[in-house]
Amino acid sequence: MPISIAEVEHVAWLARLALGDEEKQLMAEQLGRILDYMGKLREVDTEGVPPTFHALEGMTVPLREDVARPGLSPEEALAGAPDRVGDLFRVPRTGETEGEGA
Amino acid sequence: MIAGTVDAIRRGELRARDLVEECLNRIAALDGVLGCFLTLDGESALERAARIDEELARQRRAGGSAAGVAPAGARGGEVSADAALLGVPWACKDNICTRGLRTTCASRILEGYVPPYSATVVERLEAAGAVLLGKTNMDEFAMGSSGENSAFFPTRNPRDTTRVPGGSSSGSAAAVAAGLVPFALGSDTGGSVRQPASFCGVVGMKPTYGRVSRYGLVAFASSLDQIGPLTATVEDCALVMEVIAGHDPRDATSAQVPVPRYREVLGRDVKGMKLGVPREYLGEGIERGVREAIDAALGAFEDLGCVVEECSLPHTEYALAVYYLVAPAEASSNLARYDGVRYGLRVGAGDITGMYSHTRRQGFGPEVRRRIMLGTYALSAGYYDAYYLKAQKVRTLVKRDFEEAFSRYDLLLAPTSPTVAFRLGERTADPLSMYMADVCTIPVNLAGIPAISIPCGESEGLPVGLQIMGPPFAEATILQAAYAFERATATAPWRRGVGSNG
Repeated sequence: MPISIAEVEHVAWLARLALGDEEKQLMAEQLGRILDYMGKLREVDTEGVPPTFHALEGMTVPLREDVARPGLSPEEALAGAPDRVGDLFRVPRTGETEGEGA
Repeated sequence: MIAGTVDAIRRGELRARDLVEECLNRIAALDGVLGCFLTLDGESALERAARIDEELARQRRAGGSAAGVAPAGARGGEVSADAALLGVPWACKDNICTRGLRTTCASRILEGYVPPYSATVVERLEAAGAVLLGKTNMDEFAMGSSGENSAFFPTRNPRDTTRVPGGSSSGSAAAVAAGLVPFALGSDTGGSVRQPASFCGVVGMKPTYGRVSRYGLVAFASSLDQIGPLTATVEDCALVMEVIAGHDPRDATSAQVPVPRYREVLGRDVKGMKLGVPREYLGEGIERGVREAIDAALGAFEDLGCVVEECSLPHTEYALAVYYLVAPAEASSNLARYDGVRYGLRVGAGDITGMYSHTRRQGFGPEVRRRIMLGTYALSAGYYDAYYLKAQKVRTLVKRDFEEAFSRYDLLLAPTSPTVAFRLGERTADPLSMYMADVCTIPVNLAGIPAISIPCGESEGLPVGLQIMGPPFAEATILQAAYAFERATATAPWRRGVGSNG
């Protein structure tokens, strides 16, 4: 069963993904079909079963000493920037602004 | 095969530079059709190989061998003369970062991305003397099972160029199968090393989750991703595993478990080994020719003195649904970083939200967009419990099936893929039919266990892969069994196409 166009639009907004009208239609149908298939999970009794978020249980993550270590230089970190000013990433304005803005 | 090559280079009977040149010539001749490589780094590779040759020659003249070192080149540090992969050319899947060398994930969104650092596996291979030739094609962000989701061009199967090589490590598997490189690295989130290895007739291993560092692997689904080798032989697989496995402080999920010398177990008797054959992997949907090849392989293990018994992993039929909720959910979170701000493509469109949305629309291909949508949906308010959390609970049951089986069996045997390589275009219109290509490999990733795919026969003249699965950190046992099978079938007629890189 296809999901609704309104749902597709909501999810696309959450994912910050612009979709064309045709793709919204296709997405509604394809996601609907895929989710129908996922519905088979409802057959499985999971009462009292804990979720597995990590593949290997009991793995301890040791903490390292809290000391500064060398990282990327500003020049290396900015080398792939689509737009920059000095040592900063430049982005378009972040929303409605009045007067001088932020 | 690789060990012999390294010996010849070390003794000066073979020049590393000649070997690199031979590989580059082969790539020039064949890769126009095959489409294995997205980026070649031939000049650097030739230079690095020449420096290794010069240094070895200098050491031979000086009469010493172990004391000296050879300079490593653009990436990595110094190389010891007793390094395990001295002068061996290799290829790297394009979702593994290589300092100074374009790393695209076969995506428009990273088309011009040059990483400022190398993955730990790349550093380890370079320290072991391996010579990187280039970056291999793949399904975009490792999402796909055929190689057709590359944003640039598809890869073709060297055994039949009308067929797909499998995916997502399509270029790495095809490059090894065509003899373009002695080995390559891939990554396996739901079968992306094993399934293309099966389709192309090579050896591919997915190590235990945490066995190999993921530092520098572009994240797809962080609880499932592992880097693994693609090679022509089991011995080569063991050799590469010895180099890339082990703890890495830069990957918090990498395990502090000692790495065995995998090659030492090769050749050990497998008599008495208990092998389970889960019946769910040989049911409906398995092609007849695949089934026959697997049956013959089971017979070969019996002849080797193994105890081969049918067993059951009852939740297998739910693994695919679990995977296609968990993996897209993790991906939707991981791929949020591609926003046009720090690197990669930017498409300007009004304010910052418009820039994000249009950058992501133009930068991601259809399958990546679909999975981001699916994952975001599964994680969104109102659906989280019904889909994502439910899937993670069923994942526990899939994992328990394996724990139960490994309490009785040393290893489990199954097909790697229900079919042989399919034709280009055959499954691109229907996402669900493409997802089914991973049905035999996905449970392994959900449980975090290791598995290998090795060539075990042919159907319709195309390779069939046998999958050998083991409990966590049992890579040595898997390799021992795989090697025994490889030796026992060394003269089988279907071997003619295997390991053609001589």
